[in-house]
Amino acid sequence: MTALLSVRDLSKRFRGLAAVSNVGFDVAEGDIFAIIGPNGAGKTTLFNMIAGAMPCDGGTITFAGERIDGLRSDQAAQRGIGRTFQVVKPFPALTVEDNVVIGALLRTTSVNEARGIASEVLTQLDLIARKDQVASSLTLPDRKRLEVARALATRPKLLLLDEVMAGLRPTETDRIVAILRDLNRAGLTILLIEHVMRAVTALASRILVLHHGAKIAEGTPDAVLRDPAVIESYLGAEAL
Amino acid sequence: MTNIWHNAGARGKLLCLLLLAVLVATPLAADRYLLSVLILVFYFAYLGQAWNLLMGFAGQLSLGHALYLGLGAYTATALWTLFGIGPWLGVFIAIPVAAAAGMFVGWLGWRFAIEGVYFALLTIAFAEFTRIGFDHLQVTGASAGLFLSVNSPGSDKWWNLGGGPLLYYYLALILAAGATFLVAYLRQSPLGYRWLAVREDPEAARAVGIDIFRARMIAMLFSASMTAVGGVFYGFYYRNLFPSQVFDIGRSIELILAPIIGGLGTIFGPVVGALILTPLGESLTALMEALGINAPGVKLIFYGLMLMVIISLRPDGVWPWLARRLGLSGARK
Amino acid sequence: MAITLNVIVQGVLTGLVYGLMALGLSVIFGVMRVVNFAHGEFTVIAMYAAFILFEMLGLQPLIVLLPIAAAFFVVGYLLQRSLISPFVGRAEHEQFILLVGLATVIVNGLLLVFGPDARPINLPYSFDSYAIGSLFIDKVRVYAALGAFAVAAALFLFFRYTRTGTAIRACADNLTGAAVVGLDVKQLYAVTFGLGLACVGAAGTLMATIADASPSLAQAYTLLAFTIVIIGGLGSMVGALVGGVLIGVSEALAGFYIQPSMKSMFSFALLIIVLVLRPQGLLGRRL
Ligand SMILES: Nc1ncnc2c1ncn2[C@@H]1O[C@H](COP(=O)(O)OP(=O)(O)OP(=O)(O)O)[C@@H](O)[C@H]1O
Ligand SMILES: [Mg+2]
Repeated sequence: MTALLSVRDLSKRFRGLAAVSNVGFDVAEGDIFAIIGPNGAGKTTLFNMIAGAMPCDGGTITFAGERIDGLRSDQAAQRGIGRTFQVVKPFPALTVEDNVVIGALLRTTSVNEARGIASEVLTQLDLIARKDQVASSLTLPDRKRLEVARALATRPKLLLLDEVMAGLRPTETDRIVAILRDLNRAGLTILLIEHVMRAVTALASRILVLHHGAKIAEGTPDAVLRDPAVIESYLGAEAL
Repeated sequence: MTNIWHNAGARGKLLCLLLLAVLVATPLAADRYLLSVLILVFYFAYLGQAWNLLMGFAGQLSLGHALYLGLGAYTATALWTLFGIGPWLGVFIAIPVAAAAGMFVGWLGWRFAIEGVYFALLTIAFAEFTRIGFDHLQVTGASAGLFLSVNSPGSDKWWNLGGGPLLYYYLALILAAGATFLVAYLRQSPLGYRWLAVREDPEAARAVGIDIFRARMIAMLFSASMTAVGGVFYGFYYRNLFPSQVFDIGRSIELILAPIIGGLGTIFGPVVGALILTPLGESLTALMEALGINAPGVKLIFYGLMLMVIISLRPDGVWPWLARRLGLSGARK
Repeated sequence: MAITLNVIVQGVLTGLVYGLMALGLSVIFGVMRVVNFAHGEFTVIAMYAAFILFEMLGLQPLIVLLPIAAAFFVVGYLLQRSLISPFVGRAEHEQFILLVGLATVIVNGLLLVFGPDARPINLPYSFDSYAIGSLFIDKVRVYAALGAFAVAAALFLFFRYTRTGTAIRACADNLTGAAVVGLDVKQLYAVTFGLGLACVGAAGTLMATIADASPSLAQAYTLLAFTIVIIGGLGSMVGALVGGVLIGVSEALAGFYIQPSMKSMFSFALLIIVLVLRPQGLLGRRL
């Protein structure tokens, strides 16, 4: 399989702090790739650079055979990178449906067609009953799902999910896991940041562990989760 | 177009048609005074639509729309007085002039990440700067003003935008109704959705592939161009122009009141706002006259108080509330 | 050369009074993010207050400076508690409408009471000047500038060394943090607005000695105050004074060498340049 996304030597500094340093990895087409690591490890920063929301200080990002570092986030989205925000960012005064229609309008110039896509995606994410509700009135789990729905409506090749399961109840987590698995089967490549290990092990075919901005392990879930360095720096801390 | 009509709801359609029919027929029964009040209502509804496009839909606060109004007015008027170029042609020069100014302000503001209050101040600065510039521009009469003579040949003909109140009445009505339809159309087009996204959350808008700079520039293009047309109307209706009046910040403020009072980001907000504000101001003046009080300030004091009351009690504007009362849809932001 | 120097010195002195007025806005805008679009209107009220006290009771502006400032503090405090408080944190255009409404009421109220004519305060020393070499400096301007400087210094000390001042700065830096540690934010905001208006009261009183009170000044002063605050840098008290002086000098030079009616054109040009090249202002913290 060819790599859909290749990241090489990616770095970002915030004043003195090295938020991400020399991180590299490949995400194969059709994969579910998870990034884990303790709070402040630099996961969201890494995402922001891939999605073009933040310029990188060094390194390259190649997506579908094309260099995308240096692009703005709207350009990244146009090339097929959909994303959610860890701190959700719905369009608050608009209805759930309109939120998703706006996403869908990236791929079509017809509003009616966009409505069709929106209702498809909303059905998939169990939000269709809420479609006329204003986004700001949703509960947090629903808002997280709205984030996913809006990103999906842009018909991405690669979906970046930043902790969409944080704060969800186990049944809700399982529901999202099932949805993501379906999407993946239908051909979507997913890169996800997650603290909920249950979801990670259930979904990911590869895991990358980030710690203080650096990659400390990468591989199959089995291999990574048995890695002593990982257990010490992350899983151990979590277990406490 | 068919789409908006389709979505309007039976009551809404009926009300819209009824209102239009009444307004078209009004001159049959109305006297000059009533016509002049209605002309003002349409004029403010029209400008309100133009401004609302930028603020209500794209979320960019401009407090300097007098710039586009003034440039539109001065361009068309000067073309007529200096070169004898009539307003129907002149408007097509006025539009690009004002649009260029708008694009420059927008480019400067949005490229350099000047947002919110700072953007608003930038727009004021440009309008004031231009006002003072025109105060010293000799070709257009500087601060002494620019006048459209009423007795030069052809100046009273409709094709030169001269004539009686009927002409201005229907012209203003067409402008206001046309702008309302245009805005309604844009609102449900992909562009309209993009504007809403940019207004609601620029970063999230970007993440779904919207070029927010472009979206804002297009909103500015529409808004400034429409305002310029309003300026041409202003110039030929009042037939005199002073920089200290047409470019004044008071103009900028006056034209944003109707959409804010009516309901920002709604399609009928500017219309409803103009229907409330203008007659209210006029009846206050009439009341003062009837009471024999010669104090023009009193009207404005009341105006100011009303602004404070409405914004304190109905910050979303009157229309969303009214529409709910009347059982109409389409009041959504 | 000597003339230029004269013009510059006059500009600096006037600019300090502008700076004090802008300081009031900087405090209000910087701490609460409320866009006080009635700032110039309040300034003109203070000018009229000074005018009336002088005409009716013969009290000189420098004597009534503190009483007027104190009265303005009370007005500001009450205004914040009643009218403005619900608007803190609301959308800018909503604040704007509220304050434009207030400004309209004030200006037209003033017009109604005093008429449109300019009202000068004719002090015994209104036309005196100090001569230093080839420099001739208006006495009133020197007093006004000294007064402005003193009030600004007092405010500076207040923010630096009192508990309330420190608490207000904490609110400006980190509102949630301030609320978490138990500061009474509403009360502090009312004090802040009071202090902002006290600056305006003092500035207006001083301004009345160097400019003739008239309702038509109000809007120009509002814009002037915003211009200065942005040029100087939001949240920087020194910045407000420096911005005031800069604008004062620019106005004086443009007024003398080009045309008085074009003087504010240069202020607006300066504002545009600063917004584009250094949006945090000359002395502001990096955004
Ligand atoms: N815009 C910013 N400016 C300055 N520092 C930042 C910025 N964004 C993130 N940081 C810092 O960079 C580091 C990495 O942050 P990041 O948000 O990427 O972590 P994370 O792995 O996503 O953490 P979490 O699990 O809490 O979401 C942190 O120390 C954070 O404080
Ligand atoms: Mg994160």
